[in-house]
Amino acid sequence: MIAPFFENGVFGETASLGVALAIGIAFGWFLERSGMGSARKLAGQFYLRDLTVFKVMFTAIITAMLGVFWLGWAGALDVDRIFVPETWILPQLAGGVIFGIGFAISGLCPGTSCVAAATGRIDGLAVVAGMFAGVLGTGLLFTRLQAFYFSTPRGVYTLPQLFNASQGAIVFGVVLIAFAGFRIAEMIERRFTRASIE
Amino acid sequence: MSAKPYSNPYLAGFGLGLVLLSAFVIMGRGLGASGAFASGAAAVAAAAAPKSAGANDYFARYLSASGSPRIDWLVVELIGVVIGGFVSAVLAGRFRREIEKGPRISDAARLRLAFTGGGVMGVGAVLARGCTSGQALTGGALLSVGSWIFIGAAFAAAYAAAPLLRKTWI
Repeated sequence: MIAPFFENGVFGETASLGVALAIGIAFGWFLERSGMGSARKLAGQFYLRDLTVFKVMFTAIITAMLGVFWLGWAGALDVDRIFVPETWILPQLAGGVIFGIGFAISGLCPGTSCVAAATGRIDGLAVVAGMFAGVLGTGLLFTRLQAFYFSTPRGVYTLPQLFNASQGAIVFGVVLIAFAGFRIAEMIERRFTRASIE
Repeated sequence: MSAKPYSNPYLAGFGLGLVLLSAFVIMGRGLGASGAFASGAAAVAAAAAPKSAGANDYFARYLSASGSPRIDWLVVELIGVVIGGFVSAVLAGRFRREIEKGPRISDAARLRLAFTGGGVMGVGAVLARGCTSGQALTGGALLSVGSWIFIGAAFAAAYAAAPLLRKTWI
């Protein structure tokens, strides 16, 4: 077992910040390359005119998911040492709904708003400022939210556990669903382009 | 220089997936964005009122044991995102000082909505413990149930809210 390198002590805290910078640069690069720094393009997702967000996000998810699965299977990556976000059912359901509404209002999400701001978009800067104010305000009111915030905990809880299936079966299922989604996305975009030409 | 068209979404998504996979392999953790905002908010709270920030269970996790801000991995990563986005846009001729919006809304109204939407997302990201990066991409690829709940809820809510916001974009 070699990877994950940081978790296995291959390098320390200081070097990890250099890794953070490099990974961040690559992250920002691909977000910008795909057009995810443009609020107009992102908003197009919600009016079925431009499904780039869906395509980019799900291609990224299945790429990383398959990579983890295969590297783990080959014994090159200790999957148990990767930090998996814990599940808190109700707070994440409510948080998701609130987040989605904010996403539709602003046209950008936290990461893409930083790319938008970095590429000159003033509206991106406004989203960054709003996001900061929102997190700060919610944090200041945290004692009142605490009971809900810590409700319905499930710890590390994954889809293979939920469906009582092997990791391979779930990975295969997610890939199938993603490819079906890509097909549908292409069909929707084609229909829309044709309709707007006519 | 005229702006070059954006990359093929599947190709860019594949690149993004490899970046996420690299984070898993090198660091044992995924990507994030809202966590860096939380870290910054904690630092501001600590500077304004050190005692109450240290006693706040949400901010305390982003501060050192003595209550002072510490350099967070996600903050450095997000600085990288800004640099990477900027360089990519400049090289492609896509850096442009503008306000992105539809033709039927004023600049001021769009900026108000951008700030408001950002604020609403901030509330959601705190409750959900992450955003499109830390939950959707990272938790999605790691098959976390809570992350998939977040993805479903966020997209459903965005589609439900979109018709009311049509004027902003179309």
